[in-house]
Amino acid sequence: MLPFSFEWLWDISHMVFMGGLWYALTILGLGMTYCIIKAIVDTAKGKGSHSH
Amino acid sequence: MDSALIPEGVKRCSFGKFIFWLVIFGAVLLWGIVAMLLCWFKGLNQTNMNDAYGFALWIWADLAVIAVGGGAFFTGLLRYIFGKDELKNIINFAVLIGFICYSSALLILAIDIGQPLRGWFIFWHANVHSMLTEVAFCLSCYFAVLTIEYIPLILENRQIDRVPFFHNLSHNMHGVMAIFAATGAFLSFFHQGSLGGVAGVLFGRPFAFREGVFIWPWTFFLFTWSAAACGPCFTILITWITEKITKKKLVRKNVIMLLAKIAGWMLATYTIAKIIDTWYWATVTAPAAGHNFMDFYSNNPLYGIWILVLEIVICGVIPSIILITKTGRRYSFLLVGAVFLGALGACVNRWVMVLQVMAVPVLTFESWFMYFPSWQEIATTILPVAYGIMLIMISYRYLPIFPQEREIEEEKHASIFV
Repeated sequence: MLPFSFEWLWDISHMVFMGGLWYALTILGLGMTYCIIKAIVDTAKGKGSHSH
Repeated sequence: MDSALIPEGVKRCSFGKFIFWLVIFGAVLLWGIVAMLLCWFKGLNQTNMNDAYGFALWIWADLAVIAVGGGAFFTGLLRYIFGKDELKNIINFAVLIGFICYSSALLILAIDIGQPLRGWFIFWHANVHSMLTEVAFCLSCYFAVLTIEYIPLILENRQIDRVPFFHNLSHNMHGVMAIFAATGAFLSFFHQGSLGGVAGVLFGRPFAFREGVFIWPWTFFLFTWSAAACGPCFTILITWITEKITKKKLVRKNVIMLLAKIAGWMLATYTIAKIIDTWYWATVTAPAAGHNFMDFYSNNPLYGIWILVLEIVICGVIPSIILITKTGRRYSFLLVGAVFLGALGACVNRWVMVLQVMAVPVLTFESWFMYFPSWQEIATTILPVAYGIMLIMISYRYLPIFPQEREIEEEKHASIFV
């Protein structure tokens, strides 16, 4: 799963499979991190407090 | 009792009635959990799987729920990438159905692998030459996408939304939802396809084997195509059932019509591709492997030629004709019948591509292999159905799943007073 695992090989199969997995996980991780950080900043600025 | 949690401006049944039905479906859920625990503690000897049926009821259920759950990725693709704005009124429900289907698929897999504690091996010790590894990766990642799409709905609950952080988080997640939806569509394309690819590359099983492009057999593309066609059919069907149970109109007709029309054209083109694929396989691929077409169909109760007619004609050609014609879509009973047949078609296709593949004899001295699931297999397959119904009940009651519901309700009241 990771390049430091003993099973890892720098071949095309590993790069395609694992590259695809890490690519998707990175997008999801970065997307969620952005949303959470922005929500913290927005809340600190007082946004959303008078929505109801 | 729980009125403070119910979305503003909509009516729900009494709390007692809600709990009553929750308990009824909870009992079914419990039955499934008992069977699940038996499988986990006593092992797969609790099933009727054998050497001929390494893939059985669970894998069919898995593939079927993934296919009908495809409505989430395809509706998301249409809404966020192709800009079909009307679909914003049904996307929440499509996401909920997708979330239920994919969590069910993962649950079934967790039972099927026999040793769930070793489930992580597929990630850590991945076999990078297996299509099933790709399925496991994409399925897990896409479930994460669906969870991310479902979270804002939970955060929009009347009470949770009062908390500024959750309100802002939900707002921000909506803002970048197109990125998540695009990732979801990318993942879905590959895992739906790879599930079909698994059958198509079985060169020792002439019933399933297909030629294709590069490393992908035709079944790769047919599975993705059928999920994109039948997933929206299932979403429309469940929306209709929810409307009948709640005795309310929840989504405007133009939204349903648009989704039905798109699903119809997807189903029609898929059915044509499936007919061509079947024709080529029957006349070229199977004879090249030394088989006649009728070798794959028997007069046993499960795998007669009727199953091919059911899959392609009754669940393919007929619903396609209904859904692509304006007259067909206009009549409610025809529309509902067509989406029911469309969703059934995907389930029959998965049944054929999983179980009939196992049943067909491949050696001259073999006869057809028959299989009937044990009660534990049946209970664990019904478990996700009960879970799905309960999650829909809870989500419908407490979350703004249907954005048009309040508007339709108000119009209805206004028309009564006029």
